[in-house]
Order: sequence, then structure tokens, then C-alpha cells
Amino acid sequence: MLIPVIIGVTFIVYSIMFFTPGDPALIILGENAPEEQVEKLREEMGLNDPFIIQYLRFLKNALKGDFGRSYSTRKPVFNEVFSRFPATLKLSTAGLLLAVAIGIPIGIISATRQYSLLDSITMVLALLGVSMPNFWLGLMLILLFSVRLGLLPSGGDVGFASLILPAITLGTGVAAIITRMTRSSMLEVIRQDYIRTARAKGVAERRVINKHALKNALIPVVTVIGLQFGYLLGGAVLTETVFSWPGVGRLMVEAIKQKDTPVVLASVIFMSVVFSIVNLLVDILYAFLDPRIKSQYR
Amino acid sequence: MAESILKVKGIKKYFSTPKGMLHAVDGVDFEMEKGETLGLVGESGCGKSTIGRVILRLLEPTEGEIYFEDKNISQLNKKEMIKLRRDMQIIFQDPFSSLNPRLSVSEIIAEPLIIHNIVKKKNSELEKEVLRLMDLVGLAKRLVNAYPHELDGGRRQRIGIARALALRPKFIVADEPVSALDVSIQAQILNLLQDLQEELGLTYLFITHDLSVVKHISDNIAVMYLGKLVEKAPADELFRNSLHPYTQALLSAIPVPSIKSKRERIILKGEITSPIDPKPGCRFAARCNYAMDRCFKEDPELTEVGNNHHVACFLVEEKANN
Amino acid sequence: MSSSVTTEKDTNLKSQAGKKRSQWGEVWRRLKKNHMAMIGLIIMIILILLAVFANQIADYEEVAIKQNTANRLQGPSRENWLGTDNFGRDIFARIIHGGRISLMVGVVAVGIAVLIGGTLGAIAGFYGGRVDNLIMRAMDIFLAIPSILLAIAIVTALGANLFNLMLAIGISSIPGYARIVRASVLTVKDQEFIEAARAIGASDFRIITKHIIPNALAPVIVQGTLGVATAILSTAGLSFIGLGVPKPRPEWGSMLSDGRTYLWEASHITTFPGLAIVITILALNLLGDGLRDALDPRLKQ
Repeated sequence: MLIPVIIGVTFIVYSIMFFTPGDPALIILGENAPEEQVEKLREEMGLNDPFIIQYLRFLKNALKGDFGRSYSTRKPVFNEVFSRFPATLKLSTAGLLLAVAIGIPIGIISATRQYSLLDSITMVLALLGVSMPNFWLGLMLILLFSVRLGLLPSGGDVGFASLILPAITLGTGVAAIITRMTRSSMLEVIRQDYIRTARAKGVAERRVINKHALKNALIPVVTVIGLQFGYLLGGAVLTETVFSWPGVGRLMVEAIKQKDTPVVLASVIFMSVVFSIVNLLVDILYAFLDPRIKSQYR
Repeated sequence: MAESILKVKGIKKYFSTPKGMLHAVDGVDFEMEKGETLGLVGESGCGKSTIGRVILRLLEPTEGEIYFEDKNISQLNKKEMIKLRRDMQIIFQDPFSSLNPRLSVSEIIAEPLIIHNIVKKKNSELEKEVLRLMDLVGLAKRLVNAYPHELDGGRRQRIGIARALALRPKFIVADEPVSALDVSIQAQILNLLQDLQEELGLTYLFITHDLSVVKHISDNIAVMYLGKLVEKAPADELFRNSLHPYTQALLSAIPVPSIKSKRERIILKGEITSPIDPKPGCRFAARCNYAMDRCFKEDPELTEVGNNHHVACFLVEEKANN
Repeated sequence: MSSSVTTEKDTNLKSQAGKKRSQWGEVWRRLKKNHMAMIGLIIMIILILLAVFANQIADYEEVAIKQNTANRLQGPSRENWLGTDNFGRDIFARIIHGGRISLMVGVVAVGIAVLIGGTLGAIAGFYGGRVDNLIMRAMDIFLAIPSILLAIAIVTALGANLFNLMLAIGISSIPGYARIVRASVLTVKDQEFIEAARAIGASDFRIITKHIIPNALAPVIVQGTLGVATAILSTAGLSFIGLGVPKPRPEWGSMLSDGRTYLWEASHITTFPGLAIVITILALNLLGDGLRDALDPRLKQ
């Protein structure tokens, strides 16, 4: 399933970019370039070929890791994107870890004390968390911790301290979603007969939760975490912009401003492929966690 | 003799599943006369509901022919089929899922009338007809604007019956019409169905897994096992003189309300044969106490043994020969 | 044709006897009991009214657009409730005019997504088999592209303006609705009343419109409400990176982006538009959650 998805994704993104108004040759050479020179470059770049030929050529080159050259820097696009990827991966992973570290325990505690004050506060905070645009949260965090308190750097990738604010920014929304998901999944499991049976047998409450409820409750949460990774990659575009974080997202935003189509194209495809691979891993993990489901991938 | 209303010939319905072809119905023939009730009995999964749906062409048969009033209806196109719907209707098992929860009682009963333009868009006429049908099935007038979820199972089943009767059909498939109901309500609905039959001259194909339900209302009973008919006879004959080991086991399972009667229960053992790509041989052989070598090799045919009594069993055949 | 007959008949029968208690009526009663959902609904009504009467409250050209540099970067005051921005424009006025765009993009984008995604999902669910496979595999491919990235790609390609923004956000959320509608149709399709409708000779069209869609609608309503929230967030996000409506038209995301430069001197420029977004999204989430509970059949009775 992974390969058709990747081909499909490249096709969609390539065709979107293909029908972008504006002549790439003109963009490279500048508006005032002489006609013959533009035509020569068009011929060189194969821009006069039909769409499908251009796409197949793109696909063939892409398989070799060649996504063309950036219009603005003239460097190979793949190298550009790939060199930025570690920063994005670092940020997304930090955000995800933070979200999981906060979301799962709080969700469990909240579920075991349904309707308590703690539960209500958690739910309100979680609702706020999903309602906040992360780029605004980022700005507010900068305002508080960098501008007012002067505790943390407001941008760039300069050591661990500079990772804290972006990770919180990116992770908050996901943490809220994971909290809500864990709580509702946990509540559902707790109501099952086998949990009542375990309690009736006299199993200690702690053991009921840890041994019987948790594993079953976490199965749907795992899927959600996988899907959220896509959200994280998307959200990274905005978070990276806010914090001048040198990742793929910021590269993409810069490329959009410079109409550097190959870079935008490669960034979107790259992130989609990463997202697809993550989802594949989640599917495999899912089958591993839930013995009722046999993995389709073997 | 009364005239034939329905005849099915060699009906087969296979479903493709990941494991292979599921033979839900595997060659069934029978004939029904106008005004009769044929009880079709079998355990769940034996294909009895599938037959009902194939007759109404809600499912397309894999093979076989269906004749309704001597007309082959297995090849009718969509338009002709819609016309035929006026003559053939169905009552469903589950009075909860068989009614659209977003429609009121009157809307449900009126829908067939609107689709078939039976009442010519005159509202008062439509209303009158809906009320007549409600009265016919014993629903109070005040329920006209109620919604199904506000009513109990018995009333909901009456709505389903009224909907089926709206088109004034001649033939009705009653697919387990009482098995989802409380026992006290079961009797009411059975009586209603019998009264309606007398009043409107209906023909019923009455599908059920419960022999005791079918006993009182059927003229003839057909017993089905894993896609095939194993025995078919007039109701009294079947209860008095059942021949197929499976029928005998079914009959022995009917509870008798008496402390004196001590009967031998026939307990079936063995695995149920898989209906997916079955091997040749009697489908019941694996659970049959009398199974012989032959039963595992050949398919027994449904043959008449007199008194309109048909049975598909080598044991019976051999007894007759000796 | 047939639908008009039903409605006429309805009114006719209503006079007959018994009060008509539709299921939607019950949903509304359950929703009314949910305080959080009602708070969300009231906030949404206020926001919609502010957006509709934005011109009556603060003139677009005079207050929201016209620059007045003498009055720039002022904090909240009696004249400018939420202060002024770097061009001396009233932030409150810009927020309510921006709200028009946010709500419009949100609703239209969800409308596009529900219409296209819903139709695809309904076809896939109803006909099944190869059609289903084809449609859903295509949707899987779309889902593999994180939706904000897809929206970014589309707006980059088509150019940043209001219409393209709605189109991009709408298209990028199609697969979600296709999945939901398909799942919903599959559950409804297996119910016996669909078979009953077929048995009385109802056409496919009638079965889909009269029996399947009304019963498959609940999850779509919930998802649609939450989807408007997501669409508003996406709009703000795209505007923030310069892919929104062209300036000087006020939009929450671009107001935030403009305020960034003045975070040190005048943080209110960034704070208030952000709060506007949070309040809107919060209200929609409250309403959406409330609708989910009110529509959930498991909670009935």
C-alpha cells in the first residue's frame, strides 16, 4: 500500500504545481530575460513536453532522489529538503513525546476520577488546548518567556533551551487530543464486563487499571497518535515560522514566498512520505497490540 | 385443487466469501397454492431467509427459476419488478431495524401508496387509506403521527404489517415475524396474521426457526438444513410422522407443557458441516445418528413417499426398498 | 413531486390527532440540557451577528482599513476598545470584519468538503465493490498528505485570494467526510428498513435521499461543526504564512502575523486576534461535542 500511496501523492502534488500559473523559465531567468533565452531554457528543462511525460520524468528522477534544482539557489532540491529534515524531526518528536508524556497519564487519571474537580479542570484545559492555534500559542509563549521573563530564546536552533518553547507550542494541541482520547477510551473500557469481573474477584484497583484496562484502552490511542503525527508535520510549518526554526516547514514557507516550486513540491511530498511511513508503522504496531487484528502488511 | 401461486425451481444462492463460495441456498424446489401457508423451518444460517429474499428478488439467485402466477419472474427488469412488488410483500423479523426511525407511522405506511401512485395525490384519500390500514392491523388512530421508537415491539410489527398490506399483495413472505417479540405479543401477531389471511385471501411463506410457532398456522411445512430442503409435508403429517432424522430431532426439542409426558430428547452431536464449498453428500450426515457410508458420498434427493410427504434421506429410501 | 405530497399529507394528518415529536426535536431537547453546548451556541450566535452587522458596528473603509499613523500602537482605550495596530487602525473593528472572512471560509469550505466528500462517501458505501474500492483508495492517497500541506500546495498553485482559500481548505478536507459518510451509510444500509423500502419498490434515488441520508446525517453534522473550527484554524494558519486574503483586508491570521514585529512594544495586536480565534474555535468545539452527545443513539433513554 505504501508504494501506490507515494505514487498517488506525487501525482496529486505534481499536478497541482504543474498547473500553477507562471513560467518556471521566466522565474529562473527573471522577468526581463530575452525571448530566445527563455525558450532555450524551456526546451532544456523539458517544459514543452506534455504533462504526463513531464510527470513520468519527474517520477523517474524522484526515485533516484533527484527532485530538480531550486529556482532560487540552483542547488539540488532533495539535498536542501533533506538537510533541513533532522531539525523538523527533532521538533516533531519532541512535540510528540511531550504530548504523549502529558496526555496519557492525565487522561488515565482523569478517567479514573470521572466528574471530580481534577477531571473537570483537565477537560477544560484540554478543550482550550484543541481550540488554540499553535502559532498564536507560540507567540504568547515568546511574549511571556522571552520578552517578559527573558528566560528562553525566542527563535533559532541553538541548543536544548531553544527547543523547549517550540516543542510546547507544537505539542499542546496533540497533548489535548491524546488526553481526551485516552480518557474516553479508558472510560469505555472501565465499563466493560471483564473489568467488573476483575473488581468482583477482588483484584486491587491499581492492578485492575494497570493490568486489565490500560492495554485495551491504549489501542485506539495509538492510532490517534499516528494520525496526529501528520498534524505535527503540518503544524511544524507554522511553528517553525514562529520560532525561525531551520526545518523543512520554514524552508517551504520561504520557498512559497520566492515562488520556488520545486522546493515546495519536494517538501510536501517528503512530509507526506514520512507521514505514510509513520502510519504504516502504526498499523503494524496496532496489529501487535490487538491480537484480534491481523496485520495486512507481511 | 386450488391454483398454484408460486413455484421455485432449483434455486441456488451462493455468496462469495474470503474463504470460498458460501452455499446459502443449494438447489431448492417447492410449490405453493393460493391461500396456503407454507412454514419454512430451519436453524439460523440454514438459508431460509435467503430463500424469502430471493423469491422477492431482493437478492438475485445464482441459479434457478421463480414462477409467480405461472409467470417466470427471475428475468424481469427493474420496471416490471416494481410492478410485481404490488403482489409480493415481506414482513421482517426485527421490528426495530425494519422501520426508518426518521419517519412517522403515517409516513411509513403511506410510502408504498405514494411510490405506486395508488392514491392519486388526494391528501384526504391518502389519509383515509392510511387510517384504514392502521385499523386493519389494529393500530389506534392516535398513533398516526407517532415515531417508531415511541412504540413497543408489537405495535411496531403491526406498522410493518400495515406497510406490507398497503399494496394489497397476494403473497407475503413473513420472515420470522414474531421471533423478536415477547411471547405474549407473539400470539397476538400470529392471530392477526391468520385473521388477515382469511379476510384478504393471502398466501404466506412463513419463515421461522420455531416449529411450535409454525404448527398452528401452517398448512404445509418444509424443513431446511444448510441450504437444502430435507423434508416437506402437510403440517399434521409432519408432526405425526416425521421421517428425516433432523426433523425428528427438531420435533423432540419442542417443550411440552405437561409433567407426565416423558419423551426421549434427541441430542444432536458432531460438528455442523461448513456451508462454504461443501463436499458432496448429505449435509446432515456429520450430525446424524443413522448416517451410513453412502450419506457421505451422495446427495439425497427430495422424493415423495406418499400423502404429499417428501423427504430427502437414504435411510427412508432404503426402508421403502426393503 | 413525491416529497411535496408527503409534506402536504403531514400537515393534513397533524390536525388528525397526536402531537408530532420528531427525532430532531428530541435532539434539540437533549442539546438544550447541555449547558456547555448552549454556551457554545450562544457565543456562535453572537459571533455570527457581529459578522453580519460588522458594517453597522464599525464602517469597513473608515475604521477597519483607513490608516491613521498618528494613532498607531495605542493600547486599549474608550475610543479603541482593543487598541490600535501599527497603522493606527482599530483592532476591534478589524477583528469583527476579520470574523466575516473566517466564518465565511469556514462554512463554505466545509460545505464544499461535505458536498463532494459526502457524495463520494455515499456512493462508495451504497454501491460497494469496485466503486467503493476505487473511491476509498483515492481518498487514502489524499489522506496521506497532511491536510494543511495540501491546502498550502493548492493555494500556492492557484494564488492567494478568498475564493482559492475556501477551495483549498475545502478540497483538503474532502477525504475525512468521504470516510465518515461511507461508514455511516454502511451502518444504515444493513438495516432492514432499507430492504423494506426496496421491497415496496422504492428507487435507488428515493432510498438514498429518503432513507439513507437522513439516518446517516448525525455524524456528518457533528463532524461539520468541528470541521468549521478546523477550517477557521487552517485559514488563520495560511494567512499567517502569507497565503490568506490579500491585504489590507483584515483576517485574524494575518493580523497575528503583522503583530509579531511589535510583540515587544504592543503585544495586544497579537493577543486579541488570537483570542478571537480561540473563542470561536472553543464555541464550535463545545457545540460540536454537545451535538455528538445529543445525537449519540447509545445515550438515548
